[in-house]
Amino acid sequence: MKFLCVECDQQMTFARRELPGDGTLAATFKCPKCGRVVAMLTNPMETQLVSSLGVEIGGRTVPAEPFEMVRANVVTGGPAWSGDAQERLARVPSFVRGMVKKIYADYAREHGITEITPAIMDNARTELGLEGM
Amino acid sequence: MRTYHQLTDPDRSGLGDQIGAQRKRVAERLAAVRRIVAVMSGKGGVGKSYVTAHLARGLARAGRSVGVLDADLNGPTIPGLLRDSDARRATQESPEPASGLDGVKYVSMGQFLEEGSPLSFKGPTAESFVWRGAMEAAALREFLGDVEWGDLEVLLLDLPPGMQRYIELCDILGNPPSVLTVTIPTPESRDAVRRAMRAAVDHGSELLGIVENMVGGELKGTAGDDLAAEFATAVVARIPWHPTPDTWNRLAAQL
Repeated sequence: MKFLCVECDQQMTFARRELPGDGTLAATFKCPKCGRVVAMLTNPMETQLVSSLGVEIGGRTVPAEPFEMVRANVVTGGPAWSGDAQERLARVPSFVRGMVKKIYADYAREHGITEITPAIMDNARTELGLEGM
Repeated sequence: MRTYHQLTDPDRSGLGDQIGAQRKRVAERLAAVRRIVAVMSGKGGVGKSYVTAHLARGLARAGRSVGVLDADLNGPTIPGLLRDSDARRATQESPEPASGLDGVKYVSMGQFLEEGSPLSFKGPTAESFVWRGAMEAAALREFLGDVEWGDLEVLLLDLPPGMQRYIELCDILGNPPSVLTVTIPTPESRDAVRRAMRAAVDHGSELLGIVENMVGGELKGTAGDDLAAEFATAVVARIPWHPTPDTWNRLAAQL
């Protein structure tokens, strides 16, 4: 991937890379002659494609760690469930238990919660309008 | 306006060099592995993982150093077949392979996932088919390039049904692996396995032979013999419904 400053007919040089944290990527390139800076912005899907190749825009500054992609990208499991929360979940009818578990797990993930407790379940029910679950 | 190839300054991202470094890492890691064998079929449910695990154990019992890479990322079964309760912890924390029954070394996506959880990746959920295949190939590359297998006489690759993973392997390894084919006796299996064997031949893989599994029961047919004749290879084992360790020892002796 190279960028050309058409006006100067000069190859632009990589300046910096930013990962805003919303799944997108920003990489800036600068014309060494006129100083113009352009930014390449990728959407989450494009960013994911780059990530899947195990490469870094702008070049690697440190060697790859073992299982770097797997550790960074594979969902290794949902949040933990406290004993009380597990008991409460067990009282949900079995034919909807999986769906209910997923709702709470998704809620926990979205809120950065690592352990689901009855209090967390209550908050989720209130916020998501799930009274009765 | 000049084109890409007319811009001669080096590309600082060096994406091509980064990919090259990945290939080099795989090649260096596998330099001490004398033989890489893909256990494949093209047909699901014929017992590839079962054959792989027991073949590996047979090799290990014969004193040969053997590893298994569970390349079935979406349906990993090797940890269950080689049963080692400590394996998950061992592999998540270090690039050392787990050690299973009879001392078989192995690595599997199953060691990274919660029990019963499907393989899923962080990332945009819409149209994930665009990037999911590339993620799986990258995971396979890391298993090949990052696991410290050490000196191995044989590394068995347990492939999922279909041809995609085999083709990815050929790309990642640079050279096509040898292939051991698994079928069941039925004509339906024969027809599906034939396609896989044809693809393996087309990619330049050496055919090590055919294992006909689930022989002697309700499954009727001559798939093993038919495929052996068609591809000028041998049926190296016919596995009954209740094989004994001797069954696997005999198969291992042929590899």
